[in-house]
Amino acid sequence: MTDTTTTPQAHTPLRRGRFAEFWYYFSQNRGAVIGLVVFSSIVFIAVFAPLIAPHSPSVQNRDAFLVPPFWQEGGSTTYLLGTDAVGRDMLSRLMYGSQFSLFIGLFVVVLSVSSGVLIGLLAGYFRGWVDTVIMRIMDVILAFPSLLLALVLVAILGPGLLNAMIAIALILQPHFVRLTRASVLTERDREYVIASRVAGARPVRLMFLTILPNCLAPLIVQATLSFSTAILDAAALGFLGMGAQPPTPEWGSMLAEAREFILRAWWVVTLPGLAILITVLAINLMGDGLRDALDPKLKKS
Amino acid sequence: MLRFFLTRVGLLIPTFIGVSIVAFAFIRLLPGDPIMLLAGERGVDPARYAELQASLGFDKPLPIQYINYLKDILTGDFGTSIVTKRPVLDEFMTLFPATIELALCAIILATLVGIPAGVLAAVKRGTWLDQSVMGTALVGYSMPIFWWGLLLIILFSGILQWTPVSGRISLIYFFPPVTGFMLIDSLLSGQSGAFRSALSHLILPTIVLATIPLAVIARQTRSAMLEVLGEDYVRTARAKGLPPRRVIGLHALRNALIPVITTIGLQVGVLLAGAILTETIFSWPGIGKWMVDSVFKRDYSVVQGGLLLIAGVIMIVNLVVDLLYGLINPRIRH
Repeated sequence: MTDTTTTPQAHTPLRRGRFAEFWYYFSQNRGAVIGLVVFSSIVFIAVFAPLIAPHSPSVQNRDAFLVPPFWQEGGSTTYLLGTDAVGRDMLSRLMYGSQFSLFIGLFVVVLSVSSGVLIGLLAGYFRGWVDTVIMRIMDVILAFPSLLLALVLVAILGPGLLNAMIAIALILQPHFVRLTRASVLTERDREYVIASRVAGARPVRLMFLTILPNCLAPLIVQATLSFSTAILDAAALGFLGMGAQPPTPEWGSMLAEAREFILRAWWVVTLPGLAILITVLAINLMGDGLRDALDPKLKKS
Repeated sequence: MLRFFLTRVGLLIPTFIGVSIVAFAFIRLLPGDPIMLLAGERGVDPARYAELQASLGFDKPLPIQYINYLKDILTGDFGTSIVTKRPVLDEFMTLFPATIELALCAIILATLVGIPAGVLAAVKRGTWLDQSVMGTALVGYSMPIFWWGLLLIILFSGILQWTPVSGRISLIYFFPPVTGFMLIDSLLSGQSGAFRSALSHLILPTIVLATIPLAVIARQTRSAMLEVLGEDYVRTARAKGLPPRRVIGLHALRNALIPVITTIGLQVGVLLAGAILTETIFSWPGIGKWMVDSVFKRDYSVVQGGLLLIAGVIMIVNLVVDLLYGLINPRIRH
């Protein structure tokens, strides 16, 4: 037996204990558990879309334009949720659309969290002019209405899903900078940080290994909320024609395509929006549960 | 108080400079030649190009260009629309009242419904009433409002035919704008039915725009109320034998409202972002639709000017909220 095998064993009970505590508080919140179940199903659908989707999301069936869902007169079980104006199966498009929404959320959160945390750590750790310059730049980004800034950025970068995601990551990033900076400012003068500085730890180690792990809870909650904001904003940009471009089965651009049939075929308008709402709602429910489970102030009450 | 006021205004200056740099850089970052974009002409010969370059000031070094741009802004020159050839500031001033009218109605609706809903949820904490109010608020908070607007159009304009689909007033009414607010102008015009028409056009966009602020205000009011209801002075008031309505209305609500007022003030940016979508869906002739249209028409001088004007409005409103907050809560001043 070497040390390397015993070390993880020594850590396991502690880890499991923390997770059990987290799970205890998280599962107290019924909404959060429902959110988790719904979100997991959406992830399942997204991952297995090619296997479970009844049709291809892009094949146009010329004999089936605007077929209503199966329970309505004129509907058929071939197309469970009906077809759109060029005869594509709605259910399959919605299933493939979940891939886009989850990918958008993930991409935007990873990009804005990693850049925001890095910049926030620098501002909070070094203080002085670095801090001032960074925070003034963040103030400028926050001075614009978020969607307007995203729209203008996409106008500069060119319409498209990738550019829309980059623009959204940029407008969400100041929240992570502010949050990280605020936590770092409260943590940097605590004894444990001073102790490791005296022990000779360098700034990079202090920032990432000593301070950062103790600032994680608010960041995780904010990341969850940003995940849903990213999905909403990307759908809004898609709806305005500046995000994902047709024929991509992204929910926002599906809505934009369906707008002209709004009074003739309710399902092509209602279903993509419902998909967005359910996804965002599930994530926000989980976010509330995470906040309750991770916020020590709320635990006491 | 004066010192507090001056520091807050002073803090805005670097932000304003930053915002103006963003607007200045915008037109230069766009793909393509900014001179051709601004001139809106195609296939110009070199002589004309040099002339345009000089007239737009692009022949000077960048810092000088920026200083000139700042000078123009401070004298009220926000550029000229490439499409309509009208000054951007004029267009903004004509369209802005439509957005203010919509935003004001939305924030009033959100406050009038959101605060009582939040108070009710806090007072009845843990009951089905609390759960359903907060559940509804979470749905509202998660709502893609562009879709919500389309749903309301399907129901109220399509199936029930109660409300019109778009615009600010029916085309049969015409009167010169006096205040720019359609509700007031239609009353002043004295034409029968005009006010009704203006109101029916306003209802759906107001509901759509109010949805997210309403949810935020209700959630915020509930948590502020819950915090205040646990305070000693509330217990004292109860112990004195005051009727519950008086304790909640007078002692608790007044203190709970302080953070809520800040939240309401901070919704202005949210409202203007929401106005982009709401105005687009309902063809509401305000600045949100103006910006979206300008992006699509490649009227980049309007986008540049509008960006700066809108950010300026938000900064001023946030400043006013900050100052008001200082007035009601003296602790903030120090």
